Amino acid sequence: MITLEFVYVLMGLMMAGVAIVNLRDRASAKRYNNAAFWGIYAAMFLFGSRLPNLLNGALVIVMVLVLVIGKLGGAPAEATTRAEREASAARWGNALFIPALTIPAVTLAGTFAFKNFLVNGQPFVDQTQITLISLGISTVVALIVGLVMLRPPLGAPIAESRRLMDAVSWAAVLPQALAALGAMFALAGVGPIIAGLVQKWIPLDTPFAAVAAYTIGMALFTAIMGNAFAAFPVMTAGIGLPLVVHKFGGSVVVMSAVGMLSGFCGTLTTPMAANFNIVPVALLEIPDEYAVIKAQIPTALLLLAANTAIMSLFVYRR
Amino acid sequence: MLPLIGILIVVAGFALRFNPLAVVVTAAIATGLAAGHTLTDVVAAFGKAFIESRSVAVVWLALPVIGLLERSGLKERARIVVSRIKVATTGRLLLAYLAVRQITAALGLTSLGGHAQMVRPLIAPMAEAAAETTVGDIDDATRYRIRAHAAATDNIGVFFGEDIFIAIGSILLIRGFLEQNGIHVEATSLAVWAVPTAICAFVIHGVRLLMLDRRLAGARVAE
Repeated sequence: MITLEFVYVLMGLMMAGVAIVNLRDRASAKRYNNAAFWGIYAAMFLFGSRLPNLLNGALVIVMVLVLVIGKLGGAPAEATTRAEREASAARWGNALFIPALTIPAVTLAGTFAFKNFLVNGQPFVDQTQITLISLGISTVVALIVGLVMLRPPLGAPIAESRRLMDAVSWAAVLPQALAALGAMFALAGVGPIIAGLVQKWIPLDTPFAAVAAYTIGMALFTAIMGNAFAAFPVMTAGIGLPLVVHKFGGSVVVMSAVGMLSGFCGTLTTPMAANFNIVPVALLEIPDEYAVIKAQIPTALLLLAANTAIMSLFVYRR
Repeated sequence: MLPLIGILIVVAGFALRFNPLAVVVTAAIATGLAAGHTLTDVVAAFGKAFIESRSVAVVWLALPVIGLLERSGLKERARIVVSRIKVATTGRLLLAYLAVRQITAALGLTSLGGHAQMVRPLIAPMAEAAAETTVGDIDDATRYRIRAHAAATDNIGVFFGEDIFIAIGSILLIRGFLEQNGIHVEATSLAVWAVPTAICAFVIHGVRLLMLDRRLAGARVAE
């Protein structure tokens, strides 16, 4: 049976490749730092399930120390020139989209095909993780399609992975760290404390009030944290699950899907979400640092109202 | 109240522009300590949670093939395709981009757009050019407003399109969190419930973009 561990081995191999390309790049001043950062990350994918928790935690701290004390090097220049890429784009035309579109197509197909698919009476893939495993398989299929079609030098995929990973840099690890922060918040009982504060200050004795507190809370807390991923575990453990779902009998699917999107409304309003709201101001050479946020605020507020309406209309329907 | 120190560290750390990854890890450790656990327990608990959240990072597996295609001119090709969408005004051009961005994000192709790849080289210049052809010369303030709207449209398109794709980070996070609470949900049903908000986002932001056209025309008439 194929389990998530298969996908983690793929991730580990890719990250190990990124680390090795960095290590061998004599032109990079920070090659040892980048190799250490991605090498540790690779080890956590390859062996993390078998290592003691304390060692895994310590490895994350070492990654952060490499990042803060040693600093990471940026991405190398592109391997092909603009003229070469334009010639290639003209040669391949829209066929270039085929390998990229293979990923969603195979993921979707796998999601349906692997459901209840048995080999010798055993499920072929872990039935609780079909989507993720299909995604992992689809990236391998897409890479094979791309390699057969484009016939690049053999080292190109891993050299390109290194270029893109070093461009994204530490931000690649941030969503995972935020998910772990959410787990720590849960361990420390942050959700109940926030929920206690909300319930103390706002009367939540009707189903609609619970929904409104949850959607608006998601947006506000996301604006404070700059990231809906960080707000979701706290608000959902504090208000979503105990009130909307357990007390008033709402649907957990509608609550969490629309709740996350309410958080995205908050992302549109905050300088904390620098990648989306501050970086483009610099990139587009606009003098007002908050120009993009100002352009987004009316849409964010109207959409938050729409989300609150959608959730209160559908979450309690059975 | 003491465990809330983690939130305080995140807010202060981000405001002071410290590295976000370092801030988040520090906040996690501090939260555990403030809740009265020992340092080794906290580091172990954090390590366990980090390892259990590895599935959030699985999206990066797409990078080898995306990099390979970029090397062969994927972005250049995407630019040619977008530039063939001929629309007259700034608002309509951004509306078309909003639709393309939402649809491609819903197919999992979030990296086909973006501020560096698409907005600066293509969308913002095209939006400015559209205003110049329809209302004539534009002042700097108007030019900056158009650029800000180009960036905003990219953000709104990707935020309210990507959740329809079943293997995006936020859907994985929702499933991971609910599973930690003993609730199993299907990714496909979460994705379906992203559709109503996606439609609302398109209508709300689309109307605002068409109003932007009227403001641009009105500003010209008022002169």
